[in-house]
Amino acid sequence: MSTELHDLGVAALGQALASRQVSATELAGTLLARQAALDSQCGPSSLGAYLAVDAEATLAQARRADQRRADGESGPLLGVPIAHKDIFVTRDWPTTAGSKMLAGYRSPFDATVVERLAAAGTVTLGKLNCDEFAMGSSNEHSAFFPARNPWDLSRIPGGSSGGSAVAVAARLAPAATGTDTGGSIRQPAAFCGITGIKPTYGVCSRYGMVAFASSLDQAGVMARSAEDCALLLGAMSGFDERDATSAERPPQDYRAQMLAPRDGASASRPLAGLRIGLPAEFFPPALAADVNGALRGALAALEKLGATLVDVSLPRTALAIPVYYVIAPAEASSNLSRFDGVRYGHRAEPHGDLMDLYKKSRSEGFGPEVQRRIVIGTYVLSHGYYDAYYLQAQKLRRMIADDFSRCFAERCDVIAGPVAPSVAWKIGERSDDPVQDYLADIFTLPASLAGLPGMSVPAGFGEAGLPVGLQLIGRHFAEGQLLHVAHALQQATDWHLRSPK
Amino acid sequence: MSLTPSEVVRLAHLARLQPTPAEQQALLATLNGFFDHHVAPMGAVDTTGVEPLYTPLAAVQAMPLRLREDAVTEVVDRNANQASAPAVQDGLYLVPRVIE
Repeated sequence: MSTELHDLGVAALGQALASRQVSATELAGTLLARQAALDSQCGPSSLGAYLAVDAEATLAQARRADQRRADGESGPLLGVPIAHKDIFVTRDWPTTAGSKMLAGYRSPFDATVVERLAAAGTVTLGKLNCDEFAMGSSNEHSAFFPARNPWDLSRIPGGSSGGSAVAVAARLAPAATGTDTGGSIRQPAAFCGITGIKPTYGVCSRYGMVAFASSLDQAGVMARSAEDCALLLGAMSGFDERDATSAERPPQDYRAQMLAPRDGASASRPLAGLRIGLPAEFFPPALAADVNGALRGALAALEKLGATLVDVSLPRTALAIPVYYVIAPAEASSNLSRFDGVRYGHRAEPHGDLMDLYKKSRSEGFGPEVQRRIVIGTYVLSHGYYDAYYLQAQKLRRMIADDFSRCFAERCDVIAGPVAPSVAWKIGERSDDPVQDYLADIFTLPASLAGLPGMSVPAGFGEAGLPVGLQLIGRHFAEGQLLHVAHALQQATDWHLRSPK
Repeated sequence: MSLTPSEVVRLAHLARLQPTPAEQQALLATLNGFFDHHVAPMGAVDTTGVEPLYTPLAAVQAMPLRLREDAVTEVVDRNANQASAPAVQDGLYLVPRVIE
């Protein structure tokens, strides 16, 4: 093959495997070797993408995939190697959620997402770095080491699914799972120049995802194209009775939905008739000029493909920050109360009585950002503050969701805007002020609060040649439409094909 | 509605955390800065009559609590489940003495 194996995406690898140009075992071996060469776990030249690699476990899965093919099985994902964010529990690899609290933890079961992807034949390359318990947007809050942006190793890759974005952008894996609570798939995908989709809340099972904020957490895919995202999302999504908020819908063929032509479309105008809403609040004066410039280029490309740009308004965009940073910590403080130093996770030694055991174990096991959010959550749920903070935030959440509904009912089919107000910043640049990171989540939080599907699609480059992502937001369960728009853009442009050196 | 140092100590206790005095001070500053400047504007919005949205799909569909049949669907392997516990003996979790 003229192209190197590590440059191929999911769809291309599926074809190479089907035509027996390569075996799953060879492929896994190639990517494991690349990981060993580029991603040794410490030092400023390391990418810091993986937290756990087990070549034997990977190769055993690869041999099983080859055996399944030899036995007559086929399928677009059979033998395709992927990696999982270390938020998904796995039986064969340790699961830490990026926290010392869970260092060395072994789950007795696989997450539903992991199980379903394995059933489709994917081979697991390992577990990927992330901000501790998915709390953060820089990957600097990993308790182990930061992941680094392959476009500039002195910069953050974004987070919390930072390791996933790094692995895909640096060609260590063709695709990876991620999770998105307030932007944790879309923002690192944007910062690393890859394609990421957070589906509608409820599309992917949360069973076996280490919980952060249960009414917001959603699994998704990070890959190099919309088509690759579609293939993986189809395999990992679907109703799961083990998740109380799983959406009861039949299985979806997202690739078919992505490829289905629109009414009135033509080859040169595949998006004819599509109305793309641009919220005024997503293009404020504070939006970095380089990001704005790149986005305008991508929007012009979409117009050329037949789409119409319309002005819309999401008047409560700025309020999404406090609403999210009240609700998510509230849910986190409740979810993380399970870490008590008794049933699993870190236990402080020596300790005094049971209360001392709890407090010492949690103070030693949780990093500063996690502790900060637990205290914020405890505050907003506490007697005397619940109505003013938590209840008020949930009411505003309804108003934010209603603003989207109004846009989709009256003005547009898809909403577009930036993923983040700037390109990736320097590691350490903002570590003194956590609130700076919270404010930078402004464009991803609204869709999360409303449970809407969102994507980040490569849209060119800004300052210092760093990638910029275009965010697309759709109606509930409109993943197929988002993928269709992203795919059309990727057929006409090559931003998604650029790779870091 | 700024928090006082003693309230931070109380919140940390409720959260079963033990911040050092320096950490308490930093926490107090961050929380008050964030709440005074960024959370306070929430209170200015009139939300009278607005239903809270506790789970996002409730905005578009009914979200009834699902029930399953009352039947054994899986067998729990206690040894596997306790494999990552810090201290177990005879299938029981060990904790400091609770009753004197």
